[in-house]
Amino acid sequence: MQIHVNGRQVEVAKDSTIGELLKSFNIQAKLAVVEQNQQIINKTVYDETILTNGDTIEIVHFVGGG
Amino acid sequence: MITGRYARQERFAPIGQTGQRQLVTKHVVVIGAGALGSANAEMLVRAGIGKLTLVDRDYIELSNLQRQQLYTEDDARQNRTKAKAAQRRLKAINPVVEITGIVEEFSEENGEKIVQDADFVIDGTDNFQTRFVMNDVLAKHRKPWAYGGCLQSTAIALTIIPGKTPCLQCLIDHLPQEGKTCDTVGIISPAVQVTAAYQTTECLKYLTDNGTSPELVQVDIWGRSYSAINVSRLVDPICSSCSQSAIYPYLTKEKGLKTAMLCGRDTVQVRPGEKGSLSVSNLVKEIGNLTDKIRDNGEVLIFEIDDVRFVVFQDGRTLIHGVSDVNTAKQLYQRYIGA
Repeated sequence: MQIHVNGRQVEVAKDSTIGELLKSFNIQAKLAVVEQNQQIINKTVYDETILTNGDTIEIVHFVGGG
Repeated sequence: MITGRYARQERFAPIGQTGQRQLVTKHVVVIGAGALGSANAEMLVRAGIGKLTLVDRDYIELSNLQRQQLYTEDDARQNRTKAKAAQRRLKAINPVVEITGIVEEFSEENGEKIVQDADFVIDGTDNFQTRFVMNDVLAKHRKPWAYGGCLQSTAIALTIIPGKTPCLQCLIDHLPQEGKTCDTVGIISPAVQVTAAYQTTECLKYLTDNGTSPELVQVDIWGRSYSAINVSRLVDPICSSCSQSAIYPYLTKEKGLKTAMLCGRDTVQVRPGEKGSLSVSNLVKEIGNLTDKIRDNGEVLIFEIDDVRFVVFQDGRTLIHGVSDVNTAKQLYQRYIGA
């Protein structure tokens, strides 16, 4: 199925979770703020939150460089 | 017709001549004078703030020049300190602004004093450890600041107004052990410029009473993606740094040798718990017996033993190059410099 991540179309497996999506982008869950259809998702439920076809996902993650 | 140094900025309606008159009374503290610190400081000094304080623990090397815009090849050759080289360059750009460069690490010991009369603080650091100390200091003193981070081609920025918006502790909850650093995955200078552009813009908005953004913003300048999330509702009511029940965990650390990995090189910084106990001239004599690769330029003492390079600052703080773990660095510090 297709979802939108930071404005880009991304193909993901059916019933995959936000936790899995972060893993596929190699992003540490602890450092990420994630919005699913304009709702911020609590970090503690990333692994239980299922993505659905057409979802709009925003991911921002903190980095240490500067 | 507005003429003069700030004419184009005054033409920009949200600032105007009123905003310009406000800017000239403001004091901004920039913590870190690497890539982000340089870019922010130059924009703010050109914009005509009243006073700028720049704090940095490091000295200039050739690998900085690709993105740290205030420095020259000569600065790198002379291993000048970033804070002092930046002060000289910024003074040449706009002599009207009062500029102070402080060659120290921003820490729980000096932080509160450094920011005490700041109107706004800019994060120009390259590690989370210093950022969390900043976060505590600025939450305690209710100082607004702009977090900025950049890595590879990505820029991240967030404005933090303690008591109003979530702080770093609310959003991250603990000191991250981040695998990726400028050292391992690199960085391009446009990512620095985008990050600094967000930070300085937010600073100018705040200082001219134009309000700030509640969004955590991320841009990948290479991949051309953009994302922004309004994080207002993530204020943690029992946050250990910014709530009524704050205990400032990073401010209340026990004393002793402190170490930090530096972004961008195989380098560990070791810092003594008490400042000023080190005699550099004694050290020169002692180390001179061990190696002939030793040089003292009056600001830093540099020596090399067994392919490990030590750079000792006047306050006893030492950068140890050529080691990749903090414990080895601590041992080397204790062996050659003492603790």
